[in-house]
Amino acid sequence: MELNVQSVLKWIEKLNDKIQNNKEYLTSLDQAIGDGDHGINMARGFQEVINKTTTSQYDTVSDLTKDVAMTLMSKVGGASGPLYGTAFLKLSMSVKGKDPVDHDAFTAGVQEALNGIQQRGKANEGEKTLVDVWAPVLRFLQENSEFEPGKLEETAKVAMESTKDIIAIRGRAAYLKERSKGHLDPGSVSSFYLFQSLAEVLQEGE
Amino acid sequence: MKKIMNDPNQVVQDMLKGFVAAFPNDVKQLPNTTVIARKNAPVSNKVGLVSGGGSGHEPAHAGYVGKGMLDAAVAGEVFTSPTPDQVYEAIKAVDGGAGVFLVIKNYTGDVMNFEMAAELAAAEGIDVEQVIVNDDVAVEDSSFTTGRRGIAGTVFVHKIAGAKAEQGGSLQDVKAVAEKVVANVRSMGMALTPCTVPAAGKPSFEIDDNEMEIGMGIHGEPGIERKEIASANEIAEELTQKVLEDIDYSGSEVAVMVNGLGSTPEMELFIVNARVHEILAEKGIKVYKTFVGEYMTSLEMAGCSVTLLKLDDELKELLEAEAVTPAFSS
Ligand SMILES: Nc1ncnc2c1ncn2[C@@H]1O[C@H](COP(=O)(O)OP(=O)(O)O)[C@@H](O)[C@H]1O
Ligand SMILES: [Mg+2]
Repeated sequence: MELNVQSVLKWIEKLNDKIQNNKEYLTSLDQAIGDGDHGINMARGFQEVINKTTTSQYDTVSDLTKDVAMTLMSKVGGASGPLYGTAFLKLSMSVKGKDPVDHDAFTAGVQEALNGIQQRGKANEGEKTLVDVWAPVLRFLQENSEFEPGKLEETAKVAMESTKDIIAIRGRAAYLKERSKGHLDPGSVSSFYLFQSLAEVLQEGE
Repeated sequence: MKKIMNDPNQVVQDMLKGFVAAFPNDVKQLPNTTVIARKNAPVSNKVGLVSGGGSGHEPAHAGYVGKGMLDAAVAGEVFTSPTPDQVYEAIKAVDGGAGVFLVIKNYTGDVMNFEMAAELAAAEGIDVEQVIVNDDVAVEDSSFTTGRRGIAGTVFVHKIAGAKAEQGGSLQDVKAVAEKVVANVRSMGMALTPCTVPAAGKPSFEIDDNEMEIGMGIHGEPGIERKEIASANEIAEELTQKVLEDIDYSGSEVAVMVNGLGSTPEMELFIVNARVHEILAEKGIKVYKTFVGEYMTSLEMAGCSVTLLKLDDELKELLEAEAVTPAFSS
């Protein structure tokens, strides 16, 4: 299975559907340990992404993901805008000239995306941020030579659920210290949707 | 939710339109942006000051755009940092050739978005410097975590750095004095009721009628302690005490700010202020100037914050310097 413009478009559409459908859920997670805007931010940003990608033509996955990045960067705001924007921008740069994007090229892209997220946000794994989903997913991709969508989704899900027990060090939840324990990290849940959508597209393509 | 609005997703644009209509001779909105700038921006050979952040803290920050304070304010969605492209537009619009100075409140999102804008501006050859305001003593200061939040003390940074820039200070001079303010300003807040972000439609948290939350953030981030509501004197004591514990104010002169969060009447703010002054007098701390009112709100939250800025001769002079803005004059 390889990713081309069509499959990445499907990925983004599925992700947008999940975000719109769970807008209130994401916001309620952020109300518990943040400022209650994560669902609103993501829904606004991805709606704009869809508006953009459904009215544009793309020749390469790189061009498409770059447009996604620029739209997120200019429409989301907050902490998640620069982070998701940077992730898609680094992915875009990494997969340039690699169409169709195979497992190894995509894995390299995710590596670059995670590096970008960490450079921007300075978070390490275990600090209750979306890094806690991206890092295990990257390891899973690196340890396998094929996509294995079912296991990919499972990896992202376990990682997302593991953020519940973590005491936050980064982001707004860090203000709560011990009291942040027992709540899922909102950004990790939206990142789970991202990889879940990817897994679904990969599954359909098999 | 009961609010005077049209479309909950358009509140920021609608507000800015009304803001510009109220002060047409003083400010302008940069076309197709959420940036409010001085009407005469850029002021040539003056360091340009840009601040901003999520909306919902009015009069911050657009209310402080004008002579002696900010050159531009960037408005994000309610409680959400503005995006880098908007901040970048503000930087370009106020660059009068002497560089641009960014006043950023210490929130992960604000820091990342403003820094990305600064990188864009630097790539265009604009000199950009910044200060990160972190006056909220409700949060522990730590280099391993996100660190303290920026709240009402930010207004003193706008005032003093703005005065320095107006007097012709260089970018480095403005940065130095802004850092001095940040080193000497501390705040602590409390809330009685939550607020509702228009697009969310429901209150940010629940709190019983007989409860208050000490250390509440200006975005409804939970504070440090929830307890039974106390008298104004006790509230003033608790807030002031926390501030005084954080840096040594003994024997110094201070500026005091008692700030309302949105739906606390001035009457209550003055009651708090009375006790704050008594406490400072008991400690031998001299009050140089007092500000009571709404400077950094949190939509319709009820509550207040107490800010103390430790002054020296330079800060006093800059605090007194002329400022003419919609929300602050001296
Ligand atoms: N420094 C950081 N590094 C990585 N992710 C972060 C960081 N700070 C916050 N996040 C992620 O962003 C999410 C919050 O996003 P959002 O609510 O949209 O922004 P904000 O915190 O500015 O309101 C958190 O749940 C967390 O996953
Ligand atoms: Mg948030």
